[in-house]
This record gives sequence, C-alpha cells and structure tokens, in this order.
Amino acid sequence: MHLANTTSVKFSMSQSTLGISVKGLTCRRDDRGLFRNLDFDLKPGQALQIEGPNGSGKTTILRILCGLTLPTEGEVFWNGLPIEENRLEYLTAMDFIGHAHGIKSELTPLENLQVAMAMANAQPNQSLKAVLEQVGLRGFEDVPAITLSAGQCRRVALGRLLLSKSLLWILDEPFTALDVQGQAQVETMMVDHVEQGGMVILTSHHPLALKDGMLKTINLRP
Amino acid sequence: MSEASLSNAFFTILKRDLTLAYRTRTEMVNPLLFFIIVISLFPLAVSPDPVVLRSLAPGVIWVAALLATLLSLDSMFRSDFDDGALEQMLLSVHPVSVLVLGKVLAHWLVTGIPLLLLAPLLAILMHMPSSSVPALMITLALGGPILSLVGAIGVALTVGLRRGGVLLSLLVLPLYIPVLIFAANAVSNAAAGLAIAGQLYFLGALLAMSLTLAPLATAAALRISLR
Repeated sequence: MHLANTTSVKFSMSQSTLGISVKGLTCRRDDRGLFRNLDFDLKPGQALQIEGPNGSGKTTILRILCGLTLPTEGEVFWNGLPIEENRLEYLTAMDFIGHAHGIKSELTPLENLQVAMAMANAQPNQSLKAVLEQVGLRGFEDVPAITLSAGQCRRVALGRLLLSKSLLWILDEPFTALDVQGQAQVETMMVDHVEQGGMVILTSHHPLALKDGMLKTINLRP
Repeated sequence: MSEASLSNAFFTILKRDLTLAYRTRTEMVNPLLFFIIVISLFPLAVSPDPVVLRSLAPGVIWVAALLATLLSLDSMFRSDFDDGALEQMLLSVHPVSVLVLGKVLAHWLVTGIPLLLLAPLLAILMHMPSSSVPALMITLALGGPILSLVGAIGVALTVGLRRGGVLLSLLVLPLYIPVLIFAANAVSNAAAGLAIAGQLYFLGALLAMSLTLAPLATAAALRISLR
C-alpha cells in the first residue's frame, strides 16, 4: 500500500488524480506517424470526443486507452497510476465497445448480455429483459442475433452499458448503423452518464448536446 | 474478487462455447468426418490384409486423430476474433488464462470426446486386437486434451493473420510429436501384450504440464495477436 502511494505521488497530475489522463502519447504504424505527443486528461463528469479523418488513428487511440494496443511512446494513467499497474481497478471501471462490438451472432440478445455480465463480474441492477426493452429490442430477446439487423446488434451492445456500473465508457463510433431514434437514445444515455459523474470517450462526428466545460474535443490531423 | 465469480466466469465461457458449437454443429462434424474418411481409406489403399492393417492401426488412428484436431483448431478463436468477443475477453476483469481454459475445455468436449468415442469402431475396421482398444481409448483420453491445449497456443499466435493455416501446422505439429510417439507406441505395445505404464505416465506428465502452462501462454499470445 505504501509503495502504491509513493508511485501515485510520483506520477501525480497537476490537480486531482481522479479520472483518466494521457501523457506524451505517440503512435507510429509502419513508419507512418499517426499522432504524436498527445496530452489530455478527463475527470468524472466530462466527455471527450475524438475527431479526425479516416485513417488518422481514432480507433488506435481508443485501443491504446483500453490497454489493448501499446503506444510507441507515452503512457495512460487511471487515477494517477499507469493502467498496467492497476489493471484490475481500471478494467472494473471501464467499458469498451469497439467497432466490432463482441455480440455473438449465434446467441440470443439475452444470452449475449448474460455472458457480458459474467465477464464483467457485475450484478445487473435491473433485469436483462428490462434493459433489452429499453434499447428497443422487446420481442427479440430470444431470437439468435444473426437474424437481427446491424443496428439492432449494436443496440444489444449498448444494452451492456446500461447494465454496467462502469465509470468510463470508451465507444468507437457508437452511432454507426443506428437509426435517428437510436442515435438520439445513445446520445441521451451518454449525456445522462456524464451528468451523473461518469466519463465518456468516443470517436464520432456527431455533435453532442453537452454543456460547455463538460465536453472536450481532440482533432487528429494527419 | 471471489472464487465464486471466477468459476462463474469459467462456466459461463464453457457453456457459451458449447452452445455456440451446438448451434453451428455442421462445422463440428467436419473433423470427425475427416477422421473416419482418412482411416477408412487405408484398407482400400494399402491392403485389406488383417496382419498389415493390424501393424499400421495404432499409428494411422493416432495420426488421423492428430490431423483432425489440427483441422478443428482454427475455429477456437476465429469467430471471437472477427466479432470482437476476444477483445471483450481480454478486457474482462477475470484472468484471461482461466477464460482460455474454459474455451479449450469446450473445444476438447466438442472434438476430442467424439474422436475418443469413434476410435473403437475404427479400431475394429483396422483389425486391431481387442486387447489394445482400452489402451487406444486411454491414450486418446490423455493425449486429446494435450492436443487442444497446445493447439490453443498456436491458434492464439496466428489468429491475427489472414492465412495462418500453414503457419499454425508448422508451429503446432512439432509440439504434437512427443504425444504421437508415446501414444502410438503405447497402443502397439498393448497389442503385443507388453506393459504400457511408462508411456501413459509420460502422457500424464505432458498433460499436467500443458494444463498448467498452456493457458498462460495462450493468454499472452492472444494479447500479442490483438495488439
């Protein structure tokens, strides 16, 4: 415990260390620089929108933030500690929905959510059926996901967010494949989450209806 | 984190993979058919003479079982890699090696057990003496899980490659050779009425080693593949 304290002091951010912060993040792919010396921090109650043209490294940033990909240089900190050092705490507090959202097409939406809950070691705070109804999948609980449309599958993945108590949501293009009503619902979900003290990091070009000071934007230029 | 939640995660993955296998059962049949076809071709191609077949049987059945397992390996992580479920597994709060063990166990139950159950039938086809059939079953029961466990390391390393099939065989086959030697030798010895305890102990030791080390190696390989 004493050791952990000294490291947190060593890596402490300028103000409070709560939340996620990134220092000097640089990523090169095949001798091509994607981004360099990226610094930002995000505190509870804030959202970060990453913008940029295709191929500018938006997805790569998100994968680095999750700890799936290693950056060429730089480090990601969670509550003041590098994410490799407090991996368990970080993974408990974080939820990632990537471009491939991890919904098994042979399983039903209900089974998919059950697996996701066991993986996250989370006790659902509401019934899985209620969540599926909330994301507009009433009547589709027990059909294989392969018969659902791309947008409906994404809704199942978003249902995972409603069930989890994660503080930080990392979402790669969350509006993809959703209809207008679905997009509005996702936006409401994110705004609610941020207003309740959560954090959202997303890649999208969709403007978010958040108050000033709650939304940060990063633009990646190639 | 409690042990209960860890075992819950393990059994959830196991149940999930068994459900998936059941719902895509036509794919599951492929390695089994391969196993049957390869062995049933030998009497046609080599000789229907019982003496010849009897001497070939242990090796042929074991080589066919090994290749059938190799054929089925790629499916272990492929679909999970494609649809992002593997990423979610790596981001789970549970140790990845435990989840991997659940997946490997499901793979063995779905491919190893059917091979084990079919083997006596094919032993008769190859005119194997009935005294060596129990030995064949025991070696498949001990060796089959090793094939799945060691194969998982290879699949985890090659899952990110578009055409990893050839590389997978090159990686995995050398590691299968000790299993093949001890298992086929045990079955031949049993047919000749010799002791087979030594070979079985070796297979048991290999199983214990791969059971403890392979999930860790597979988890590390998955992290590298998804990077």
